Amino acid sequence: MAMAMMIRNAAASRRAMTPISGDFGGGLRSMSSWWKSVEPAPKDPILGVTEAFLADPSPDKVNVGVGAYRDDNGKPVVLDCVREAERRLAGSTFMEYLPMGGSAKMVDLTLKLAYGDDSEFIKDKRIAAIQTLSGTGACRLFADFQKRFCPGSQIYIPVPTWSNHHNIWRDAEVPQKTYHYYHPETKGLDFSALMDDVKNAPDGSFFLLHACAHNPTGVDPTEEQWREISQLFKAKGHFAFFDMAYQGFASGDPARDAKSIRIFLEDGHHIGISQSYAKNMGLYGQRVGCLSVLCEDAKQAVSVKSQLQQLARPMYSNPPLHGAQLVSTILEDPELKSLWLKEVKVMADRIIGMRTTLRESLEKLGSPLSWEHVTKQIGMFCYSGLTPEQVDRLTSEYHIYMTRNGRISMAGVTTGNVGYLANAIHEVTKSS
Amino acid sequence: MTNSEFSSSSSSPSDRRIGALLRHLTAATNSDNLSSVYASPTSGVSGGSVFAHLVQAPEDPILGVTVAYNKDPSPVKLNLGVGAYRTEEGKPLVLNVVRKAEQQLINDRTRIKEYLPIVGLVEFNKLSAKLILGADSPAIRENRVSTVECLSGTGSLRVGGEFLAKHYHQKTIYITQPTWGNHPKIFTLAGLTVKTYRYYDPSTRGLNFQGLMEDLGAATPGSIVLLHACAHNPTGVDPTIQQWEQIRQLMRSKGLMPFFDSAYQGFASGSLDTDAKPIRMFVADGGECLVAQSYAKNMGLYGERVGALSIVCKSSDVAGKVESQLKLVIRPMYSSPPIHGASIVAVILRDRNLFNEWTLELKAMADRIISMRKQLFEALRARGTPGDWSHIIKQIGMFTFTGLNPAQVSYMTKEYHIYMTSDGRISMAGLSSKTVPHLADAIHAVATKAV
Repeated sequence: MAMAMMIRNAAASRRAMTPISGDFGGGLRSMSSWWKSVEPAPKDPILGVTEAFLADPSPDKVNVGVGAYRDDNGKPVVLDCVREAERRLAGSTFMEYLPMGGSAKMVDLTLKLAYGDDSEFIKDKRIAAIQTLSGTGACRLFADFQKRFCPGSQIYIPVPTWSNHHNIWRDAEVPQKTYHYYHPETKGLDFSALMDDVKNAPDGSFFLLHACAHNPTGVDPTEEQWREISQLFKAKGHFAFFDMAYQGFASGDPARDAKSIRIFLEDGHHIGISQSYAKNMGLYGQRVGCLSVLCEDAKQAVSVKSQLQQLARPMYSNPPLHGAQLVSTILEDPELKSLWLKEVKVMADRIIGMRTTLRESLEKLGSPLSWEHVTKQIGMFCYSGLTPEQVDRLTSEYHIYMTRNGRISMAGVTTGNVGYLANAIHEVTKSS
Repeated sequence: MTNSEFSSSSSSPSDRRIGALLRHLTAATNSDNLSSVYASPTSGVSGGSVFAHLVQAPEDPILGVTVAYNKDPSPVKLNLGVGAYRTEEGKPLVLNVVRKAEQQLINDRTRIKEYLPIVGLVEFNKLSAKLILGADSPAIRENRVSTVECLSGTGSLRVGGEFLAKHYHQKTIYITQPTWGNHPKIFTLAGLTVKTYRYYDPSTRGLNFQGLMEDLGAATPGSIVLLHACAHNPTGVDPTIQQWEQIRQLMRSKGLMPFFDSAYQGFASGSLDTDAKPIRMFVADGGECLVAQSYAKNMGLYGERVGALSIVCKSSDVAGKVESQLKLVIRPMYSSPPIHGASIVAVILRDRNLFNEWTLELKAMADRIISMRKQLFEALRARGTPGDWSHIIKQIGMFTFTGLNPAQVSYMTKEYHIYMTSDGRISMAGLSSKTVPHLADAIHAVATKAV
C-alpha cells in the first residue's frame, strides 16, 4: 500500500511540475523543443535571388537581381573617395558610443544634400533628424513614430514598391493601403489613377513617395506631375514621406534627384525623409542613413527629435560609428566631396549607357515588343514587363537571375553581358 | 472660378496646375460644382504639423548623465555615469588587437563592403557562438545553435524579444529588480509583458536569493526570465555557482525560458570561461535558451555596435527554422547588420595570437577595475566613513551600486561635480588612482551629513 501511495505521489508531483502546455520544455534531453511549431520562413524575394545565383555553377550566369552597383567588369566597387576616407580614419582613437541621435556632423551634412546647402529650414533648426541604419532603419523608425504619435493613421504605399516597405509598416503595426502608380500597359506612370487615389484618400493621410528612381519600376513622375501631386496634397492636407535611396544615382546630379522634395518644400509641406548612403556612396554594409522630419519651429523639432531617439534607444541604443565617420570625412572635405560627386556621376552614366545599349540590342534583334521603357525609366532598376514565367525561363535556360516581378538591376548589366542578356530576353519574348 | 479661365491657351503654368487640380477634384461631367471648388490650403501646409501635439521626451537617464557632464565647466568633474572603460589617465581605450585588426582590414584591398546577409557576417556568428558557449559545446557540435549578428547587446535583446513575442507561447518576461534601465523598454516595444523578480537586497547590498527563488517559483510556467550572465548591471551582485545551479534546476522544473544578457564576458573576473559559466551550465543540461552577446565593453567596440543573438535549440532542424524566422524580424528593422565591427571581431577571434593578446588586454582592464574597487574601499576606511562599504569589493564588473539615494547623488553632483545615475550606480571604469580621493571625499561628505 505504501509503495502504491509513493508511486501515485511521484506521478502527481511530476504532473504538477509539468507546464500547462503539456510540454516539459527545455529541461532534459528527452523533452521536445519550444520551437517545434515554428514554420520555416519564406526566403526574402530579393535577397533569395542572389543566394540562388551564388549556388549556380554555370559560367554564363548573370546576376541582375539585387540592387548593388557593379562596374563594367561586373565587379563590386569601393569608391576612391571611400578608400581615401578609410585611410584617413585608420588609427582613430575614437570608438565611443555615438549619441542616440547619431553623429550630429553626419546628420547636418546629410540634411544639406536633401534640403539644399542654404536651406532656411536648416538655418531655422526646424528639422528633427537622426542618424539611422540606412534607409530601412529610417523608414522603420518613421513607421514606429507614426504609430506612436498618429495612432489612428494608415500609410499609403505605391503599387508596386520595394517589398520590404510592406514588412516595415506591418511590423510597426501601421495599417497599409495602396495607391496606383505603375501602368503596365505603358510601362510608365498611371498618373490619373494616382491622382484619383490621392484625392479619394481621407484628408490628412500619410503617403510614401519615392523621391527619385522608383524601386522597382524606375518610373518617376515628371517635374510638372510632381507639382500637381504637391498641389493636390496641399488641398487634401496629406503627409508626404519621401524614401530617397538613390540621390545622385538616378540622374547623376544630386540636386536634380532631390527636385521632388524641393517642390514639396517650396509648397510649404511638412515632410519626412529617409536618406540612404548604401548605393550613392557604396556604403551598403555600413548601414548609414538619416531620418528627418520638418517641423513647424525649432522647439517642435527638439521635441520630435527627442521622441525619435526614444524609439531608437530600445532598438539598438545608438547607431554604428564607422559608416557615419566615412560620410562625414567625405562630405566635409571639398576635394573628397568633389571626387564623390564625380564618382556618383560615373555610376549613373554607366547605367544610363547600359539602358541605351540594352534597348538598341533588343531592337536590332528585331523584337516585336517596344523597349522604349528601358531608356525612359531611371535609376538602378528597369521594370522589364517580363512575366514570372518568362523570368523563370531566363533563369532555368539562361542562368539569368532577377526578381520574378521582372525587375532588372541595370547595375548588373555590363558591355560583357548585355548582348547575352538581350538575346535571352528576345528568345523568351519573341512569340509574345 | 470657371473652367474656361484656366484653359491652357491663355494661362500661366500655375494656372494650368490649378486647372489640372480642379479637373482631378471635380467630376468631369458636373460643371455646376466648379464654382464652389477651390484649392484651400489646409492644416498640413498653412502652419499646423501633424506632430504638433508632441511633448519633448525626457533625457535618457543613463546617456543623459554624460550630456550633463559635458556641460559642466568644473576642472574636477568626474564622469561615473555611462559604462565605458577609461584608462588610468581617464582616457577611452582602443585595444591594441582592435588597431591591428583594423589595419589588417584596411590593407586587404580585395575586401568589399557590400550588404552582409540578413543574419550578418557568418564567420563572426560562428566564432561568437564558440566564444560564449565554449569551443567544445555539444550544442554547437550538434548544430543546434542559431546565431545572428545584431547591433550590440541592445539589438540582440530586441531581436530576441520580438522573436519571442511572435513565436513563443508565453509573452511574459521577468527582469531583475533593479536592472539596466533600457531592459523594460526593449521588451515592451518588442511586444512582451514585463514583470520583475526580486534580486538586490538593499540591507546587505547583496543578492536577495530567497526572494529571487520565491518569485521565479511563483512565475507562470513557461515564462521568459532575463538573466545577467555575469557582472549584473547596475548592482554588480552575481549569484554564486551553487546559487546558479539552484536557479537552473528551478527554472527547468517550471519550463521557464532563460534569456541571458552577456555584456561583460571576460570583463568581470578577467576570465572569458569563468564569466560564461552560468550560461554553459544551462546549455549543458540539454535545454533551450537565448543568449545576447555584446562586444561593446570587452573589445572596446562601443560605437561600432557589435553583438550576437544565439538561440540554443533542441535540434538542428529547429535551429534552421528559427534562423529563417529571425531573418523576418531583422529585415523590416534594418535589413542587415553593419559590417565594420563584426569584421574586426572576426579577425581577432579567428587568429590565435590576436585572441591571446586580447585575453591579456581584457584581463588588464578587469584587473584595473578590481584595483579601483580596492582603492576606493581603502580610501573610505582611511577616512572613517560611517557604514559598511565592503560591497564595493564584493560586487563585480564595471559598476558599483553604492547604496546612495537620489538626494545624496544630487548633492555629490552639485558640490563635487561627480556624475552618476540617480540610482547611485557608479562606473568603476571611470575612476583612476588620482580621482579616487575626490570620490571618497564626496561619499564621506554625504555619509556624514544629513542629506
